[in-house]
Amino acid sequence: MVATELDNDANLERILAEHAGIEGPLLPILHAVQDTVGHISPEHVARIAKALNLSRAEVHGVVSFYHYFRQQEPGRHVVRVCRAEACQAMHCEQTEHRARRELGVDYGGTSADGLFTLEAVYCLGNCAAAPTVMVDEKLYGRVTPERLAAILEDWRNR
Amino acid sequence: MALRIYISRDAAAQALGADETAAALQVAGAAKGTPITLTRVGSRGMVWLEPLIEVEDASGQRIAYGPVTADDVPELVQAGLFDTAPHRLRLGRVEDMPWFAQQERLTFARVGVIDPVSVDDYVAHGGFAGLKRALGMSGAEIVGEVLESGLRGRGGAAFPTGIKWRTVLEQQSPQKYVVCNADEGDSGTFSDRMLMEGDPLCLIEGMIIAGLAVGATRGYIYLRCEYPHAGHALREALQAARVRGYLGPDVCGSGKAFELEVRMGAGAYICGEETALLESLEGKRAEVRYRPPLPAIKGLFGAPTIINNVISLGSVPIILERSAAYYRDFGMGRSRGTLPIQLAGNLKRGGLVEKAFGVTLRELLYDFGGGSASGRPLRAVQVGGPLGAYLPESQFDTPLDYEAFTAIGALVGHGGIVAFDDTVDMARMARYAMEFCAIESCGKCTPCRIGSTRGVEVIDRILQGNETRANLAQLENLCETMQHGSLCGLGGMTPFPVMSAIKHFPGDFARDR
Repeated sequence: MVATELDNDANLERILAEHAGIEGPLLPILHAVQDTVGHISPEHVARIAKALNLSRAEVHGVVSFYHYFRQQEPGRHVVRVCRAEACQAMHCEQTEHRARRELGVDYGGTSADGLFTLEAVYCLGNCAAAPTVMVDEKLYGRVTPERLAAILEDWRNR
Repeated sequence: MALRIYISRDAAAQALGADETAAALQVAGAAKGTPITLTRVGSRGMVWLEPLIEVEDASGQRIAYGPVTADDVPELVQAGLFDTAPHRLRLGRVEDMPWFAQQERLTFARVGVIDPVSVDDYVAHGGFAGLKRALGMSGAEIVGEVLESGLRGRGGAAFPTGIKWRTVLEQQSPQKYVVCNADEGDSGTFSDRMLMEGDPLCLIEGMIIAGLAVGATRGYIYLRCEYPHAGHALREALQAARVRGYLGPDVCGSGKAFELEVRMGAGAYICGEETALLESLEGKRAEVRYRPPLPAIKGLFGAPTIINNVISLGSVPIILERSAAYYRDFGMGRSRGTLPIQLAGNLKRGGLVEKAFGVTLRELLYDFGGGSASGRPLRAVQVGGPLGAYLPESQFDTPLDYEAFTAIGALVGHGGIVAFDDTVDMARMARYAMEFCAIESCGKCTPCRIGSTRGVEVIDRILQGNETRANLAQLENLCETMQHGSLCGLGGMTPFPVMSAIKHFPGDFARDR
């Protein structure tokens, strides 16, 4: 996810051009930026605001409202642990605890080796095979603490 | 001829290793010299048996085996999987399994059966028959059919779908919209996801019919970003429908236009509230709107807008295909038709069960769900998501019916059932309800924004055994303010899980030191 400033500029211009003229372009643009460069920086916010004729405060207000949008660069992989009711019914707090211990960070933090960002999520729709964890776009069901450790080990070796 | 094997591409099946099983089957087929055609389908809903595979035998019957992990494949193939030979994992025909045979699958009839993104498969199984009929009807006739069917909003509010449509039809406007609320954020629910992954063309057909009914030419599916698999399936299906002329400037040669696209949410539970969703689609913070005006009159970009849940829209094709009377004949009281019910949490046999309204919680939890996964007694179930009441065993005989649930202070909601065994601490669940509301509040109204945070603090004092009785009275008071003073259901209904936990499980709150 390491992109130079120059790449970022070119990416942003391309994304803005691709979304020109569509209805309600802000969320699709923010998604495209985060998908491409991993996060949405204050510089991105300023450029997007200018292109859409919005104030920076308006764009920042939207970025900060939604849990999914990230303002800091994440680790190489994002680990999302579900902590909603169905997962709680299967004792996800043990999986959460193991995730924090394995990665040495709390929710929102990135492990010291820069490999993983840990995030809490409220339901991944896999409630009949709880607890559920998602690493990037890969979903895992029945994630006991031991299985979580094995999953992280697998991603470390990729 | 190649051997045909079906295996699910549903996210829940993938989460349990379906992709790895599929790869192992290809390897085993190649090693044995048996060419295999793998068809990735939706899930049959038996999540406890995923990864489930179905092998087509010589007579064209599909014989199921499950759960089949990649590690099981070599042994299974050795035992004669390709000839549908007996094995401890052999289940027979899915249609003959009691868990499946006892359902009434209307909306989910094709899920797990067809290739979700094949128009040919879809049409061969009755797809687009409803649209064909709708194309020969006036807008008012289509709306009349939906009204007649008794269909009520499956997202949770249970408002009659036909009345929403009629209001939009009556508006004069150069632009109208059809918006699908696919922001299925309730824990314990996944029917929207399963339909979008297993039969996305059914939702697309429902939205085209809605557009024809009210004269809307544009539609959006607002999909939560936690569902990337559904996004992929929807985009593939949209493209397939477009190529075949079901979408675009001239739907099926009718001269009528309908265009449809997927928009991704960004992790905000509040977007399940329809006016917050519209704000989000417009590119704003998802703050709930005051009403009136209703979205049907001033919705997306100020234009008249149909906004319905995935299952509501996905139930429209069969209503148009088979008639309003056919659909209305299922169900009880004022709850007509069927509900895709999701069995989740601590259950042995979790998954999706589509049944006519009237089935009891007990039947769902024990006959279908098989009791707890842990083997311990079930103690509480939460029905209808994070804003639904917790019900004790004494209420398990309540039939699934909107009015029957309202009568006991509970809600059917989107049909999600989360079961807890006797290790659950209901005071902690009450705290979580308030915490979730605080995390997800849009911040527009004070009772929700501030009340939820104060609620967490009061429950923390109760958990510490600090003046329990006074703090319980305080909590009750706070819940009353939130219930009656909040702008929408998030703040207004968070008191349901909290107060039901106190009412039915008072011992969990008695922590005086």
